[in-house]
Amino acid sequence: MKRAKRGAFREKRWILALPMYGFTIVFVACPLIYLFVLSFQTRADIWGVIPEATLENYRDILEPVYIKTFVTSIQMALLVTGCVILAGYPFGYFMAKLPPRWKKNVMMLVMIPFWISALIRMYGWIIIFRANGILDRVLMALHLIDKPLKLLYTYPAVVVGMVYVLLPFMIYSVYSSAEKMDWTLVEAARDLGASKVQAFWTVTFRLTLPGLLSGIILTFIPSMGLFFVADILGGNKILLIGNLIQEQLMKSRNWPFAAALSVVLLILTSAFLWLYQTVTRVRDLEGLL
Amino acid sequence: MGILQLNRIKKQFAQTTVLSNIQLDVEEGELITFLGPSGCGKTTMLRIIAGLETPTEGSVILEGNDVTFWEPEKRNLNMIFQNYALFPHMNVFKNIAYGLKIRGIPKKEIARQVAHALEMVRLEGYENRKPSELSGGQKQRVAIARAIVNNPKVLLLDEPLGALDLQLRRQMQEELKRLQKTLKMTFLYITHDQEEALNLSDRIAVMRDGRLEQVGTPDEIYNRPKNRYVARFVGEANIIESQQGWIAVRRENVQVSASPANGAREAIVLEKSFAGGQMNLRMRLSDQTIVTASRYGINAEFEAGQTVFVYWKPEHAVSIEP
Amino acid sequence: MKKSKIPSIYITILLILMYLPMVFIMVYSLNENKLSTSWTGFSLKWYKMLWEDENLLEGLKNSLILGGLSCLGAAVIGTAGALGMQKIQNRSKRVVEYLSTLPIMVPEIILGMVFMTFFSLIGLKLGMLTLVIAHTAFCVPYLFLQVKARLVGMDPSLEEAARDLGAGPFRVFWDITLPLIAPAICSGAILAFAMSLDDVVISIFVTGAVTNTLPMIIYTQMKLGVTPEINALCTVMLGVTLLLVLISNWVGNLSGRDGRRRSQKK
Repeated sequence: MKRAKRGAFREKRWILALPMYGFTIVFVACPLIYLFVLSFQTRADIWGVIPEATLENYRDILEPVYIKTFVTSIQMALLVTGCVILAGYPFGYFMAKLPPRWKKNVMMLVMIPFWISALIRMYGWIIIFRANGILDRVLMALHLIDKPLKLLYTYPAVVVGMVYVLLPFMIYSVYSSAEKMDWTLVEAARDLGASKVQAFWTVTFRLTLPGLLSGIILTFIPSMGLFFVADILGGNKILLIGNLIQEQLMKSRNWPFAAALSVVLLILTSAFLWLYQTVTRVRDLEGLL
Repeated sequence: MGILQLNRIKKQFAQTTVLSNIQLDVEEGELITFLGPSGCGKTTMLRIIAGLETPTEGSVILEGNDVTFWEPEKRNLNMIFQNYALFPHMNVFKNIAYGLKIRGIPKKEIARQVAHALEMVRLEGYENRKPSELSGGQKQRVAIARAIVNNPKVLLLDEPLGALDLQLRRQMQEELKRLQKTLKMTFLYITHDQEEALNLSDRIAVMRDGRLEQVGTPDEIYNRPKNRYVARFVGEANIIESQQGWIAVRRENVQVSASPANGAREAIVLEKSFAGGQMNLRMRLSDQTIVTASRYGINAEFEAGQTVFVYWKPEHAVSIEP
Repeated sequence: MKKSKIPSIYITILLILMYLPMVFIMVYSLNENKLSTSWTGFSLKWYKMLWEDENLLEGLKNSLILGGLSCLGAAVIGTAGALGMQKIQNRSKRVVEYLSTLPIMVPEIILGMVFMTFFSLIGLKLGMLTLVIAHTAFCVPYLFLQVKARLVGMDPSLEEAARDLGAGPFRVFWDITLPLIAPAICSGAILAFAMSLDDVVISIFVTGAVTNTLPMIIYTQMKLGVTPEINALCTVMLGVTLLLVLISNWVGNLSGRDGRRRSQKK
């Protein structure tokens, strides 16, 4: 009897995890499972869904109109990711080499946009881009252009907006990798006769690769789903998968099709994550939280 | 009967046996040391006594009570952890007062006892420091004060000096010895350092692979090792096969001469080295056994490769189990 | 090696670009001109208008209730979860941990749609309750991961030492564990609150016809164009978020140095 009593607290503390088990299963696992189920159901004529198994929704995705959306989305995602790498990798790399006192402050400045609504940050770009907005005025004042560019509601505006929203993720990922790196390895490489470029390529780049890859994932995947950027800066002219899902869900009320689209996007997401884990053999995304 | 008995204690983690058949009787007021290399199970032994682990078999008897399955907070003993485990969010005073506060002792009395404990460890005036503001040695003293202030029957010390540098360690050894004598408290001390064990202990329990190899006074352990392991681990004795069977001979008891003497064995000098103010002479006997002799400042006349003769007085040869 | 100036210049330029749009919002919110294309003078009248807008105040109230409830719910679930998970050593643990972090991994739009369809399946009327559930779901990981990291970094012998000194299990939790994880709980909860306060994508999907939160009002108005009221509103939101992040950071660092496992054992 005494034996059973001993260590009772230590062994019983697992009970505290029950709310989390419950919440996660009911409000995360079940909804996700339902998404899969929904994607195989049939749309009712007027409203709602009929529990009738079909592959129709997935077949619909292959229609040229929707394929085009996927292509546009992936093109956009590639372009955005490319820009984010170009801007963010050097930033993260340089940041890791800053003196500690500066590092802390720059870190803070990079982190703050994480927590500020992307919507609000996006809004600033409306002010900048709109016809006769700040950008037009500045450029005209400099006599670089003679009539307003009217960049708002154009493709470049959407790209800038997305890069702007996603850049902190890349910076932070690369930074966490570079920060952990043992810089004496670079010195060792130089000592062994490697040029600056060679040393960077063979040591620094290899060792920051996990951060770069995780940054790519953290930008590539969301850039296909950030419907509100395309909405606000693209003005309904640019249709991404995210917009398509939203439209199907809210306007056309075709839930099963929206579910199928989401499932495809989810599978793409998991595929990327899996690829990342296999390539880098890291379990958690570098720099995520 | 002593204050603490360990009865046939056995501990298994999954498939590995960490402790087997530990049998020990600890006398009140003695300082007993568990000596053994890391991983020999000595920390587990201490944790079982403290109640932080339960043995798979066997029992722990404290002051005549079977406390094997008592919660740690119910046992009238305290432990000093290897990394001190000072509460980082409390200052020195609150750390030391913690045990007293739990027992509901009045504030005034707590203040008096804490002050006394601080005096014992010579840390007066440090009441308001946070642990992060203390040096390693000071943390150690706070940890000791935090334990002895509760006036436990038995104090468990898990390699308490392991993280300190050599000089500080020597100094703390003396202080611990002094404390133990003044408090007349039973100390159960863990170390892997044989010198520390020999210096501090009333008795030493030599452990290996979860078993007690030999329990005895430092003199017994050092001069009359029971087996090859104890002889080697404590003082690195020479193990030699003789006509009387296996014997252990201390390094400082090995005599070396250039000319054959009565009963001496021929050997070749392999290496001459100088360590800690003494000369070590490594030699190989004709049966390939390596013998080391240590002497303060002599043996300078021997060179590597030279043939010499080694012998020892009969009373210095201790026969051991093979 | 010689120190190049390029890195600091590069970082500075990019940081300026990052903050410039936000600065414009703030500046224009103080512009007296309605069209806000040109500067005609300093004015706080748009802030005054905000304060008189019933619709916005209602949205603010909803946002605060939603943020408070979901952050509280997440704090309880996440903290208890991290404490409990520490004692669980089986497969289910990894599965649940993985699942629980999904809400911050999957694209927001999918999360929104998943919740919306699920709530309609189980017949929950969209409104404050569904908002709170959805927000709690994406707030839990922040709390859980923060507290878990803190627990992992905590020296297990601290709890043992307290027990050794005579404290019972609950006393140990109250005296030792809780004070040591409190900064993590606070900083996690504040961040969760900030996330909830700013969310628009998920909210759009799971809200009912009547429950509008502040960011949702901004979103709807933003699609119509630039108005000085939104400038002012965005500035307020910016300020509040900034404040929350700074507080969270400060709390997180408060006793960050203490209680970590000592890695340099020897």
